[in-house]
Amino acid sequence: MTNQSAAGVLPPASRPIAAAVERIGIHNVSLILALVVLLIIFGVQRGDVFFSARNILNIGMGVAILGVLAISQTAVIVSGGLDISVGAIVGLTTVTTAMAIDATGAAGAGPVAGMTVGALAGLFNGLIITYGRVNPIIVTLGTMAIFRGIAFIISDGQSISIFNDSFRLLGIGRFLSIPAPIWVLVGVAVAFYVFLHLSVAGRNVYAIGGNPIVARLSGLNLRGYRIAMYVVSGMVAGIGGILLAARTGSGQPISGSEGLELEAITAAFLGGCAMKGGKGTVIGALLGVAIIGVLNNGMILTGVPTFYQMLAKGSLLILAVILAEYRQNKA
Amino acid sequence: MTGGGILAVDGVDKTFGPVQALSKVSLDVRSGEILALVGENGAGKSTLTRIIEGVFAPDAGRLLLDGAPVAFEGPRVAHAAGIRVIHQEPEIIPDVSVAENIFPGALPRRAGFLLDRRALNARAARMLALFGLERDLVPHQVCAGLGPAQRQMIEIMRAVHAGGRVIAFDEPTSSLTGEETARLFTVIRRLRADGVAVLYISHRLAEVVALADRVAVLRDGHLVDVMPVANTDEADITRKMVGRALTSLFAARSPPRPDTVLRVRGLTTDHVTDISFDLKVGEVLGIGGLVGAGRTELAKGLFGVHARRAGHVDVAGCSLPSGRPADAILAGLGFAPEDRKEEALLLLRSVVDNAALCIPERVSRFGLFDRRRARSIVAEVTGRLALKAPSLETAVADLSGGNQQKVVLARWLARAPKVLILDEPTRGIDVGAKSEIYALIAELTRAGVGVIVISSEMPELLGLSDRILVMSGGRITAHLQGAERTEDAILRAAIPGSAMLPVAVPAVDCGEVS
Repeated sequence: MTNQSAAGVLPPASRPIAAAVERIGIHNVSLILALVVLLIIFGVQRGDVFFSARNILNIGMGVAILGVLAISQTAVIVSGGLDISVGAIVGLTTVTTAMAIDATGAAGAGPVAGMTVGALAGLFNGLIITYGRVNPIIVTLGTMAIFRGIAFIISDGQSISIFNDSFRLLGIGRFLSIPAPIWVLVGVAVAFYVFLHLSVAGRNVYAIGGNPIVARLSGLNLRGYRIAMYVVSGMVAGIGGILLAARTGSGQPISGSEGLELEAITAAFLGGCAMKGGKGTVIGALLGVAIIGVLNNGMILTGVPTFYQMLAKGSLLILAVILAEYRQNKA
Repeated sequence: MTGGGILAVDGVDKTFGPVQALSKVSLDVRSGEILALVGENGAGKSTLTRIIEGVFAPDAGRLLLDGAPVAFEGPRVAHAAGIRVIHQEPEIIPDVSVAENIFPGALPRRAGFLLDRRALNARAARMLALFGLERDLVPHQVCAGLGPAQRQMIEIMRAVHAGGRVIAFDEPTSSLTGEETARLFTVIRRLRADGVAVLYISHRLAEVVALADRVAVLRDGHLVDVMPVANTDEADITRKMVGRALTSLFAARSPPRPDTVLRVRGLTTDHVTDISFDLKVGEVLGIGGLVGAGRTELAKGLFGVHARRAGHVDVAGCSLPSGRPADAILAGLGFAPEDRKEEALLLLRSVVDNAALCIPERVSRFGLFDRRRARSIVAEVTGRLALKAPSLETAVADLSGGNQQKVVLARWLARAPKVLILDEPTRGIDVGAKSEIYALIAELTRAGVGVIVISSEMPELLGLSDRILVMSGGRITAHLQGAERTEDAILRAAIPGSAMLPVAVPAVDCGEVS
């Protein structure tokens, strides 16, 4: 008991490995190890295809949209919330993006329409959650259906094609031989890293999620921060919708409905988020995304039937949350 | 941290339902002094604290800050006025650094929006140096793994940074070691030297005498005395805390019978350690001690709410397995928890539903709920209890506290247990219902039930019990029977370390005293 005060102070890391682990974080190290295990398993089974540059870029392309969603989901969870309407917002914004380009003929109108509509959808979530004092899971479960419904209504249930080559570069173009969506993911990751870890506002988000009582009594505007996180989440889902529209060349109301929110939430919890908020990192989310991407790709390459892939993904979400709760209880 | 701050409460009254928690309390805390607030459980200390920090509004009376009346509409307003309470469980933001925890909502910026971590850590380091804590806490260290003492220090620094002029400590040493207590006292004296008005709430009279300038004694919601510590001592304070006469609320009882109905040996859970005692048929065993001493945890350990780590429990000669309340009920145990609303009652359900909850085998027919049978059983037991309810179909939420407690007791009467554990059975209940519950306990013992009564009310403990166990720190510290059962003896065994001064000799333990 007496040396409890001493135990709290971090011991100076003497050995370089221990120092590195401490710097990266023990949790992230365990994610990297899990990733390495997956790489070995799939590498042994289909090493010929798996490690080809083409396949690696494939994985990157596959997770670019998931990646941006997982990062913004992390920010929402850190603030003490959850947003399960992001998949529906992706679908809605592919439609508004396509409609805007269709109406104006300008490539720039697409991203503007996608991000604006996404942000508005997030604002709607945030206002109901904070002013209505309703559980965010319930609210975003409801708005998930609402946003999907709106997407079908405004598109009349039809796919809307995009005939604008400069816009489509966002989805299929390359820069320095790296596909554009990966660059977008990198940009979003850097922006969120700066926001969550380096900015004062971001640190305040950790405070309101970690202990709302302290945050409130310290004069922080809890409601404002919470609403802002949902707006950001909606806007980033809009970016996801833009990327998807650019890649497929169309706005489809049904798109983003195949468990995209489930994968984003899984990645966030794998990445170290806690159910009750105040915890989570951008790096962790990216590692979570990488695990999901490799798993998806590897399961396809090794010929795991689609239905079983769904079993695996659902189990992974539950496992991630069990791990998160376990860490929480140990702390 | 500038001088001149005075907080005064003037003629403050506060009632909760039938309970008068505070009655015409007038008290002031002056800049640059440490005022200790002492009293037994339920004397009104926490109510007064919560009024000062703006959680409760007083029913009558005023709060004065620097001589001017103020209304603290919520903790936020009290905070802004410089009034801070350091609670037993310090509030911490777990996954951010120590420095961020000291200055939440006031982080230094650079380039307009980026966190200036270097400035932040430097500022935190200065604050730590000010309190002599450089070796206990590192500014960049994450707070999640910190112990209670360190969390408390962070909360104190947070309060000082935010311009706290009146800082109240609510039982601050309850989870600290002797050494940590000594350091806390250094910090508190520092605050006093800086002109902060310190309100120090504690059960530990030795600490109060060592630390405070004045001591205020509350008893049953009344301010009994305020005196300079120099003019008093522990014995005097204890006398003022306790002094009251026993009333004759208690029904006459037959003596317990020689057979043992409950035998506990070496019971250890995560919360209590090495508990051994016997309970005779028809006996009332009182359990005394302060809030947090492990009394409720003992009940929960017996009843299987908490898993047993060691020891064994026999009910009427049969060994009771660990860790399942269902087994405890089958073996003949009943438990009426302290927190009726959270742990005992289904508030929105009817009296019948609540009272018939533990007798499913008696009220089901072919697997269906036999409402008529349930009603007749419940009507019989609630009749014995003189339950006052509009009907047996009334939702329990609509009943008074006393009648809610009777519904809980009805549940166990219907079950006819061998041992009934009552945790604070009369908390928040008016005197009339109290004496009815006492009479029921007497009736149960005549029928051979062994009753364990956990109570913070001295008269209740003394008036009901054949024997009294006193707990402290999760252990039994005294076993009092016959003439040994006095308030003084209970209080002495209940107050941890009342034989030692933690400031003067922090390392010495009084464990070898035999």
